[in-house]
Amino acid sequence: MAVRDLSSSSSSPELHVLAVDDSFVDRKVIERLLRISSCKVTTVESGTRALQYLGLDGDKGSSGLKDLKVNLIVTDYSMPGLTGYELLKKIKESSAFREIPVVIMSSENIQPRIQHRCMTEGAEDFLLKPVKLADVKRLKELIMRSGQAEEGKTKNPCTKRILQDDIDSSPSSSSSSSSSSSSSSSSSSSSSSSYHDDVSSLDDDTPSSKRMKLESRVHD
Amino acid sequence: MDALVAQLQMQFRDYTISLYQQGFLDDQFTELKKLQDDGSPDFVAEVLSLFFEDCVKLIGNMARALDQTGTVDFSQVGASVHQLKGSSSSVGAKRVKGLCVTFKEYCEAKNYEGCVRCLQQVDIEYKALKTKLQDMFNLEKQIIQAGGRVPQVDIN
Repeated sequence: MAVRDLSSSSSSPELHVLAVDDSFVDRKVIERLLRISSCKVTTVESGTRALQYLGLDGDKGSSGLKDLKVNLIVTDYSMPGLTGYELLKKIKESSAFREIPVVIMSSENIQPRIQHRCMTEGAEDFLLKPVKLADVKRLKELIMRSGQAEEGKTKNPCTKRILQDDIDSSPSSSSSSSSSSSSSSSSSSSSSSSYHDDVSSLDDDTPSSKRMKLESRVHD
Repeated sequence: MDALVAQLQMQFRDYTISLYQQGFLDDQFTELKKLQDDGSPDFVAEVLSLFFEDCVKLIGNMARALDQTGTVDFSQVGASVHQLKGSSSSVGAKRVKGLCVTFKEYCEAKNYEGCVRCLQQVDIEYKALKTKLQDMFNLEKQIIQAGGRVPQVDIN
């Protein structure tokens, strides 16, 4: 499917975004921001609902709820019940969904310590509320670019095999890279340095944690 | 017909600018306008309507929490203030947001009088904004009914 989409240069697959926010007003705004940026949007009012939608809440019957693959999750940080951080953790702990980028939104009260905690846990980015169109556009470009980088590799099966061998022979496989991303960031940067060539389509200032995630995505 | 449209458009422009200058609105409101188009011509009005509903609900919560005989649960008041601060910020309701910042400080300081004062002010302020925006939306309607287009207003 990815190869066919890339061959027609004008079409790019639409992102399906799951937006989580307990505020009705904010849900309406984020939904519109995303729709106007040509994304498909599903909004839910809580972390619990988000997990239900993804089929992660342990209730076997609910996994049929989602009809579209989710490409990005955008969640408010401070919500009653499951916080954005807790939701992030649950998503990154699940083998089915840990590759989905998660973006946290919050007001300016959030301390840098909390922001750091979210990034360490694997958050893709942090958006300051109130969210603007420029923020969503930038986010979308970021996600599409990382998706393009992955598709660019899978387009050529030979390249993929070579990369696969590189990754397999390396000291850290994708399963350990996911768990090491939650530990100190210094360990992430040392293990990702050998994959610099694999992710050469990224900008130099791409954080090492993202390089880690990308190399584990190539595995799929 | 054109003279009427031109006059209404000028009125609309002046009125909108005055709302920003008087601090009722900030640039987040401008951001919301960017999300409105011919396909969603009432987006801003719809969001603001939701916001005003939120105001009624949250102010009600705050009033109830402050109306306790005995000890007031300031964290409960604060939780509602935090929510109102969030939604006012999202729609560009500058004065309401500013009041929420002060209100939150009073909650944290467990200052009862301060909280009661803020509650009254927030109530007055959201209602004032609602009236102002109603007038602005009415001007938009008149322009359209007169056959014109609602102009983009450059705030700067």
